[in-house]
Amino acid sequence: MIVAKRKPFDEIKEYIQDYKKVLVAGCGTCVAVCLAGGEKEVDVLNTELDMARRLDDNPLETGTITIERQCDVEYLEGLDDLVKDYDAILSMACGVGIQFLAERFPGIPVYPAVDTTGMSANLAVGWYEERCRSCGECVLGLTGGICPVTMCAKGLYNGPCGGTNNGNCEIDDAQPCAWFNIYERLATQDRLDNILKIKEPVGWNDQIPRTLVQPGYKKPEKDA
Amino acid sequence: MSTEGNGFKSGSNLEKVLKAGQFAFTGELGPPRGNAVEEVTEKAKHLVGMVDAVNITDNQTAMVRMSSWAASLLIMQQGLEPNFQMVCRDRNRLAMQADILGASALGIKNMLCLSGDHQKFGDHPNAKGVFDIDSIQLIGMVKKMRDEGKFLGGAELEGSPKMFIGAAANPFADPFEWRVHRLAKKINAGVDFIQTQCIYNMDKFRKWVQQANDMGLTEKVYILAGVTPMKSVGMAKYMKAKVPGMDVPDEVINRLQGAEKGKVAAEGIKMACEQIEEFKEMKGVHGVHLMAIEWEHKVPEIAEQAKVLPRPEV
Repeated sequence: MIVAKRKPFDEIKEYIQDYKKVLVAGCGTCVAVCLAGGEKEVDVLNTELDMARRLDDNPLETGTITIERQCDVEYLEGLDDLVKDYDAILSMACGVGIQFLAERFPGIPVYPAVDTTGMSANLAVGWYEERCRSCGECVLGLTGGICPVTMCAKGLYNGPCGGTNNGNCEIDDAQPCAWFNIYERLATQDRLDNILKIKEPVGWNDQIPRTLVQPGYKKPEKDA
Repeated sequence: MSTEGNGFKSGSNLEKVLKAGQFAFTGELGPPRGNAVEEVTEKAKHLVGMVDAVNITDNQTAMVRMSSWAASLLIMQQGLEPNFQMVCRDRNRLAMQADILGASALGIKNMLCLSGDHQKFGDHPNAKGVFDIDSIQLIGMVKKMRDEGKFLGGAELEGSPKMFIGAAANPFADPFEWRVHRLAKKINAGVDFIQTQCIYNMDKFRKWVQQANDMGLTEKVYILAGVTPMKSVGMAKYMKAKVPGMDVPDEVINRLQGAEKGKVAAEGIKMACEQIEEFKEMKGVHGVHLMAIEWEHKVPEIAEQAKVLPRPEV
């Protein structure tokens, strides 16, 4: 899932210091699961803002709403009437949701209340680790199900480099070397021939905004 | 000068020495953290006549320094031959190819293709690491430019860069079993010569070279064994504990500790020279790459003691 962490409170507060009525908008999917921007986190932020602004003698009127997904137009429609009453929106969704909200309401300033930090696995409650950079050209089939783009600090396609240190990465003893693990796993599966061949330079697919239309589908006429 | 038809890939001094079957001896010079020409020329003057080529490092340990190609030009003016290092960390494929063409146009004939230390180690730890291509892909790119006269993207070059292509190998980083295969990948990519990580664990190095010999790799590539004399016990301990991918056995530290007071550095040099003597006789090793880190002025003494002088005229 997509994970995020809340921005420092002072940064959030500064964004909205000149507004009197602000809507705090949560997202009920990824950021709710990773404890960054769901209904509970919306309430907490709302309370903090309310208290801080009172202390500043600059009272703030807030509203809160958490919709199922801010990245889906179907759920945004429900906000159309609500947002008219506010000077600004604080979105606690991932970067996709924040942008989609801003696009839907171009007349209202939308500010991020979280930093999106990647596509991660849930290792335990509150503990997430990145696993995918959405490069658009998956090599996991060659690398034993371990992503060198994400898990190797240099993103090497023909690793390991000379910095492997007792199975760990040169950058940190607590960071396993992706290529050491790739080697170990492929050796176990008798598949080392997968990485004997040179992986030629890749064409980076993430250098321009990407659009995806699945086979059998097409863009609606008005957007085509 | 065209090198076509003479059987050389670049016609560099280093290539000629190796091709003539001579035991090569190369040095290293780190460019300054500023624009001080005299810092380069002062270090370089100790190397004149002592080595066949000099590696000019490229922002080593991710610390910003004078560019490798510029320092390469400076030492050329002193009559030294540079081995232009290029890391994948700081440039994308466009900038790399541009610098390769520029370096070649200005007379540089050797290149060392490296991934590069992670930016986290340096003085700009939050810089964006490029790694558009990796060291093996860089080798292939230089070879394609040189031998096919084409850019990586496929377009024809107007004049191809004749480079003698080098790369690094670290026989000591794990997984050990994979290291010789990684060497094979570099050979398949088109590398001409290899300089190894600093060697202290001779047993492990002998095993690695034996593997390379058994696979026929040492007939396809020149191997220069990496040697760095220990200056002090502290340096040995630091390298053992702090430098990733470095293998310093306790016996090395013990021997340095056993040296008489004031004679530790001399003992370090003696140990390096003993290694060099063994490399001269070792099947599959074609030379030594001496990395006398911030100890350039000691190179003449080491070269003398290692009996690698005079350097061959080829």
